[in-house]
Amino acid sequence: MIIAEQKPLEEIRSMAAKHKKILLLGCGTCVTVCMAGGEKEVGILASALRMARKLEGNRIEIIEDTILRQCEWEYLEEIAPKVDEVEAVISMACGVGVQAMAQQFPDKLIYPALNTTSLGMPAQHGLWVENCRGCGNCGLARFGAVCPVARCSKSLLNGPCGGSQDGKCEVNPEADCGWQLIYERMERLDQLELLEDILPAKNWSTDRDNGPRRTVREDVFIADVKGGTE
Amino acid sequence: MKRTLKEALKSGDFVITTEIGPPKGTNIEKMLHHIDLLKDKVDGLNVTDNQSSVMRLSSLAVCHLIKDRGGEPILQMTCRDRNRMALQADLLSAYVLGVENVLCLTGDHIMLGDHKGARQVFDLDSVQLIAAVRTLETGKDIGGNELDGAVSFCVGATATPEADRMGSQLLKFRKKIKAGAEFFQTQAVYDMDKLKEFMQYARQFEEVKILAGILVLTSVGMARYLNANVAGVTVPEELIEEVKSAGKGQGIVKGKEIAARHIKQIKKEGICDGIHLMAIGKEEIVPEILEMAGIK
Ligand code: SF4
Ligand code: SF4
Repeated sequence: MIIAEQKPLEEIRSMAAKHKKILLLGCGTCVTVCMAGGEKEVGILASALRMARKLEGNRIEIIEDTILRQCEWEYLEEIAPKVDEVEAVISMACGVGVQAMAQQFPDKLIYPALNTTSLGMPAQHGLWVENCRGCGNCGLARFGAVCPVARCSKSLLNGPCGGSQDGKCEVNPEADCGWQLIYERMERLDQLELLEDILPAKNWSTDRDNGPRRTVREDVFIADVKGGTE
Repeated sequence: MKRTLKEALKSGDFVITTEIGPPKGTNIEKMLHHIDLLKDKVDGLNVTDNQSSVMRLSSLAVCHLIKDRGGEPILQMTCRDRNRMALQADLLSAYVLGVENVLCLTGDHIMLGDHKGARQVFDLDSVQLIAAVRTLETGKDIGGNELDGAVSFCVGATATPEADRMGSQLLKFRKKIKAGAEFFQTQAVYDMDKLKEFMQYARQFEEVKILAGILVLTSVGMARYLNANVAGVTVPEELIEEVKSAGKGQGIVKGKEIAARHIKQIKKEGICDGIHLMAIGKEEIVPEILEMAGIK
């Protein structure tokens, strides 16, 4: 899923500074699961903002709501009446959701309350880790299903750097060295042989390097696709 | 004429290389002094590439200066700051400037340096960089395009004899050889038994020359710092005690002795094909250490 975390309150406050009435809109999917922008977080942030503005002597009216997904048109349509009522929306979705809102409501100011960090999962309660960079050409088959692009700090393809120590990465002694994970898993699967091949330079054209990715499936096109194919 | 590093490695002589650290800025006086002091005493001068991810004068420019002064430069190249186009362009450039040796490194992470917010590259890794040099030698670039004039290099890489997870490090070591590395300069070693163990493994690759990394200890603080912060480097307690015994501010005296002793042993017992001596920022002590080791 998409992992995000809340921006510092000060930053969110400054976005809302000139507004008297806003909609604080949560998203019920990824960011609910990673406890950054679901219904509960909407409630907490709304209270904090109200409190702060009250102390300033400059009250703010906040409508709170959370829709199932801010990244799908059908859920965005249902929120239109509330959007109409306010000067601006602070979205607690990931960057995709924030932009979908902007596209759905072209005349409304939309602000992000979260920093979207990665594609990942909870490693343990309260710790989310990045496991995929969406490189567009998945090579997991070669690495025992541990991704070197995302999980090695240098995205190395041919083995660990010299900075790997005690199974941890030179960048952060608390983070696993992705390459040590790959090596150990391949050893366990008796697949180490596969790592002996020299992998050539990766073709990054499926990554961002050919411009923003557009995933096209003409077989499922229907007429008048919103935000469509131009 | 001075022999090339390649010739030195081929000669079977005990090969000595050392390091030149480009300054952070354009004042090159002290560095030129070090170059002049060392160029005739060693078989090659490594020039570090934005070492420790700290932005400095470029390795290529300094290699050129060394060449001009009659030294034998070894161009260090890391994969952190340049993509495959820039790396290949710099390899062509190095070649036309007369630089004949390149040491291919991954490079430290950007987070460890002085531009923490910079975007790091790592488009190639060290194995792919070695392979890229070898491809450029065939008259093509790694995109498969023809070159008007090829390159030719003596290609080196690094290894870590005292890594705590040897399996994955040896995998990388083998791949570097497979990609075309001719010589290795190791990470700093302080435990001669561990070095021997590594060499026992490494010797099966007969065509490859291995220079042991010798980093001169200057103080107890430095030794402790290495142990705490530098992966694959372990200064044993008894060496730390030895440095301590020199008394305050005198650690380097013992540090020089230790380095000379290790060099002597490596040479005498034929443990490695040579050494790569590092005296970060104190290059002026290199000749003295070589003398103490009975080299020159
Ligand atoms: S190889 Fe690419 S697509 Fe596959 S997990 Fe890694 S980043 Fe994601
Ligand atoms: S320590 Fe491991 S994860 Fe970190 S950059 Fe090196 S190989 Fe990659």
